[in-house]
This record gives sequence, C-alpha cells and structure tokens, in this order.
Amino acid sequence: MSFLPEALRLHREPLEERMAAATGHDALRALERERVGEDGFLALLSPAAGQHLEAMAGRARDLTLRRFGRTVSLFTPLYVSNHCANHCRYCGFAAPNSIPRSRLTMDEVRAEGEAIAATGLRQLLLLTGESPARAGVEYLEDCVRVLRPLFPSIAVEVFPMATDDYRRLAAAGVDGLTVFQETYDPDLYADLHPAGPKRDYTWRLDTPMRGAEAGLRVVNIGALLGLTGWRREIFVTGLHAAWLMKRYPGVDVAVSLPRMRPHAGAFQPASPVSDRELVQAMTALRIFLPRLSITISTRETPSFRDNILPLGVTRMSAGVSTAVGGHAKAGETGQFEISDPRSVAEVCAMLKSRGYQPVFKDWEPLEASA
Amino acid sequence: MEHTDIFELGGKRLTSRLFTGTGKYGDDCLIPAVCEASGSQVITVALRRVELDGRADNVMRHIPGHMTLLPNTSGARTADEAVRIARLARAMGCGDWIKIEVISDNRHLLPDGYETARATETLAKEGFVVLPYMNPDLYVARSLADAGAAAIMPLGAPIGTNRGLRTEEMIRILIEEMDLPIIVDAGIGTPSQACQAMEMGAAACLVNTAIATASDPVLMGRAFGRAVAAGREAFLAGPGAVSSLARASSPLTGFLGETGGAA
Ligand code: SF4
Repeated sequence: MSFLPEALRLHREPLEERMAAATGHDALRALERERVGEDGFLALLSPAAGQHLEAMAGRARDLTLRRFGRTVSLFTPLYVSNHCANHCRYCGFAAPNSIPRSRLTMDEVRAEGEAIAATGLRQLLLLTGESPARAGVEYLEDCVRVLRPLFPSIAVEVFPMATDDYRRLAAAGVDGLTVFQETYDPDLYADLHPAGPKRDYTWRLDTPMRGAEAGLRVVNIGALLGLTGWRREIFVTGLHAAWLMKRYPGVDVAVSLPRMRPHAGAFQPASPVSDRELVQAMTALRIFLPRLSITISTRETPSFRDNILPLGVTRMSAGVSTAVGGHAKAGETGQFEISDPRSVAEVCAMLKSRGYQPVFKDWEPLEASA
Repeated sequence: MEHTDIFELGGKRLTSRLFTGTGKYGDDCLIPAVCEASGSQVITVALRRVELDGRADNVMRHIPGHMTLLPNTSGARTADEAVRIARLARAMGCGDWIKIEVISDNRHLLPDGYETARATETLAKEGFVVLPYMNPDLYVARSLADAGAAAIMPLGAPIGTNRGLRTEEMIRILIEEMDLPIIVDAGIGTPSQACQAMEMGAAACLVNTAIATASDPVLMGRAFGRAVAAGREAFLAGPGAVSSLARASSPLTGFLGETGGAA
C-alpha cells in the first residue's frame, strides 16, 4: 500500500477551483458539524472561509483544549551532520552550497546533548542532511546510544530509510520520525530536486508509512509552505495525515507547518504565506483532525508563536540552533535562520504566563526498563 | 459532619468518591488547591510524564502527601508495555495502585479489552491493586473480575470529549451485574453528569479534563466534589420509582373497595 494513488488523484483534482467555489456558508456549515469530512475541510481552507477566521479559531481552541488540555510539548533539534547529497533549491545545506561541512564526533554529540539537557529539555529531534554515506544508520545508532541516557524521547529527521533500518533505529531507542514531503505536487517536486536521491518522490512519500510499519510511535509530516499554493498543500497534508491515522491507529501522527525562511541559497518563496493564512491552515487542520499533533517551530517569530498557541499548537521547538554543534559552540552556518531565538527558560515563562504548561517528558522508554 | 459512607478500595478507606487527574492543567501548581476544594483523595498520574530521577519541575511535587496515587499506564499499546510501566511505577515508590490503560488506537483512544485483561491478570498476581480502564462491556468486565481487578473503570464517553454518559445503559448493566465497584472514568464533562453516574449506583467517578480545562479549575473541582457526594446520597436514599403514568394521589378505582362487588 502507498499514499501515492491518493496523492496523484488529488494532484489531478481541480482543488483550487473547488475551493474558489466554496462559500462562507459552506465553511460555517463545516464548523457546526461534530465531524468534518473532506468536503468540510476543503471549505475551511477556501478563500471564503477566511471571513470566518475568528469562528474557526474558537472551534480549534475548544477542540485542542479538550484533547490536549493546556499543555505544550517542548523539544529541540540537534543537528549532528550537515553533509548532504541533495540539491534542494530551497535549502542552505544543499550540496552545491559552499558552506563548511561537518559531522559531530561522539564526544561532540555527548557535549551537545549535555548542553541541551541542561536546559531541561527531554525530547530531542536528531537531524542530519541527507548523506547515508557520511551519516548513515550506524552513525545514527551510535548517536542514539550516547544520547539515550539524557533523553527519554529521540526522534530523527534524516534521509528516508527502508523499514528495516527504522526497525534498527527503534531498537536503539528512536521513537519518532519527521519527514517533510516539501511539496505534494509531483511536477514542482521534480523541479525543486534536480539531483540527488531525494528526487524520488514516491520513496519519500511513503517514508512515514515505513516508519509507522517499523513501530515508531510518532510520525511527523508536513509541506514546506511557500513553495506553492498553501491551500492545496495543506489539504493534501491533512488527507495524508488522516490516511496514516486510519492505517496506523497506534501511531501519534503530527503535522508541522514550516514557512520558508531566508537561508544561504538564492531561492526565495514563490508563494509566501501570510500570518492570517497560516492561522487558517492550522485551525482547518485542527477542526478536520481534532486529535492531530501540530508542531510550530522557531521559524516563526516570538509574538506570532505566542498568539497562535491556543489555536491548535501541541508541540513547539525551543532553544533552537540549526547549526551543527550549535549548542555547545556558536558561529556555524545554520540550515535556515530562526525567528524565535528565546531560550528554553524564556519559552517556558511565556507558556506559563499564558496559562500553559510546558511538557518536557511525555514518554518513558520501556526497552531499557524491562 | 461525620462520614459514615466509606468507600473501601484496595485496603484504603475513602470518604470522597471523586477521583481526579493531573493531566492537562495549564499549571501543575493548581493541583493542591483542586485536591483540597474537591475533597478528592485519589489522583491519577501518567508515568510517562513523570521524571523518574526526581527532577525539580515534576508533577509529583504538586501532589499533596495525603492523596492516594493512582499511576496510570497511559502510552502503553500492549499488555506487556502496561505491565512494565506498572512495575516501574512501583519501583519508583508510587505504591501498589495501578490504573491500566492499554490503547493502541490514538484516533479514538478506546481501550483494548483483551490486552487490558491480560495486563490485569499479571499485575493482580503481583499484588497490585488493579483498576482497569475499559469499554463498558459485560464480558470484558467479567474477564477483568476473573483476572483480579479491584474495581472496573468503564468510560462514559471517549476520553477528553466531555460528552457525558453516552454509555449509560451499558454502565447500568455493569452496576447491576458486577460485584466489583464501578468507577466511571472518561467522558464526564459536567458535575451534573457525575452526579447522574453516582445516582445510578457507580461507586466513584474519575474526572480530569472537565476540571483541568475549566476556566477556574479549583471552583470546578469543588463543584464536582459536591455533585459526586450529592449523587451518592441520592443513590443511598433510594429515589422513588419513575413512572411515565401520572398517579393521582386519590386512586381512581378506590371506590371499588377491597371486597365485595356484585358478581
Ligand atoms: S532540504 Fe535536506 S535534503 Fe535538501 S539540501 Fe537541505 S538538508 Fe539536504
């Protein structure tokens, strides 16, 4: 099984036309329903639904509160290698960009892990560029062994792997996977990935499924917003998430809403997404999938992150450096510029002042405690 | 007032029949005040959220010492995982009570009865006071009782929905058929719903979301404490039978008399 037939079907559908035809009344009808189906989701993403953003926000807030309470799970990425074999036109780590390349030694990984753990964080996202040759499964297993005593939850955002490799990582103590499709539009995808293994649209599309098959507990997907029309991308992302939830009911499916940030390359967003639009995207997703985890990264500004907090956010990154080894030492080039440079303590203080509890730990690893 | 209505469970004597939770609070500092206002004496805590090495900012710090801890196995997808979490909870000093939650469907968060019964059996044998969270199904309830459960915790509606006693008829059957205490868990959204469960004869109610996500959790905790007590009293008082026919206080056929009448 694969999400591919569904993705291709949606690619052929005139979704923009259907959204343009949806009325504010359609959006309000969707808001009144206990369960919103595909048509309702489409109506909530339509331009007409934009007039009802306040009502959408209210519903999204209520649903989030019921399911998740006033809690936000905090994590931080740890970049362990920026070697990359791909030529993604929108990324600072792309192979043709001449930036210093490095891969952390295990001592450096430990130092980074300790620096992060000292801030109180317990959930880690391990990142690399995509270079199985320089930072492959064995290297990641080594990293996890070093980091496991410090972090009860470790997820990876690395190159797409085969199911068996995910099983190996799971056995080492990895419990989550993040993989962004970047764009669900296969033509644009081909255009943005001119060279490198990432050119394979289908292999990437089925990555979350393989992670779920391998028994990972959390699978986080998303489209890079700004590459093309966001309404279509969010619609397909939502259906992809729903598809995963249905097939893997034991997996916690999460969606990230990364907006493009300035970076070392020359590529700039073709279709920038406004704050208002991002809120519409997020609240529509929440209303369509009330149990979805939604992640907001430090790509967003502090004030924006603070204000969208109640509207559906359940996970946030904090204390972020996107540079390899950026926690223990400063001055490297990051993958992209972050907009929220606040420390973990500052983000926690903000959450508390708004009546939210930062959650550092939400999983107790069982493999070691059997 | 002297409490004469004691709820005995797992060797403890409880005067409050409201169990509370620790999840979903905007600030765990509210927990002591909620415990006090509600009168609750039993509180559930997800072990997955607890820092086992006793770090400073820890939910356990906020739980008043007199409370009976009911660690739960939230996050467990199989009986095996639930058993390991339970053992961890005991090893870290959380006591012998354990609420079994085995959920492998994150969409609806419905408990898996078969795996729950398996975990219950193992843990009851190890001396735990096992309180399994379950779908209100009579057969599952019986297998949980056979497995050694100390009480049965059927859901009123799916977790966190605040939809009330959607499973009322099934819970009523459990109350009638089972000899174990029935503690309604999940779905209760308002004090009146908790009151209704108690009037039906539930032994206790566990309420988390409705209190933790209220605008004023302390006030809501107090309201739930009172509602549960009121429902319990109503149950003990034995409500008058309900009839759909109006009964005139002077019977319409009284003129017929006890005896006599022409043949
Ligand atoms: S997006 Fe990822 S795969 Fe593409 S160039 Fe950047 S690091 Fe490499």
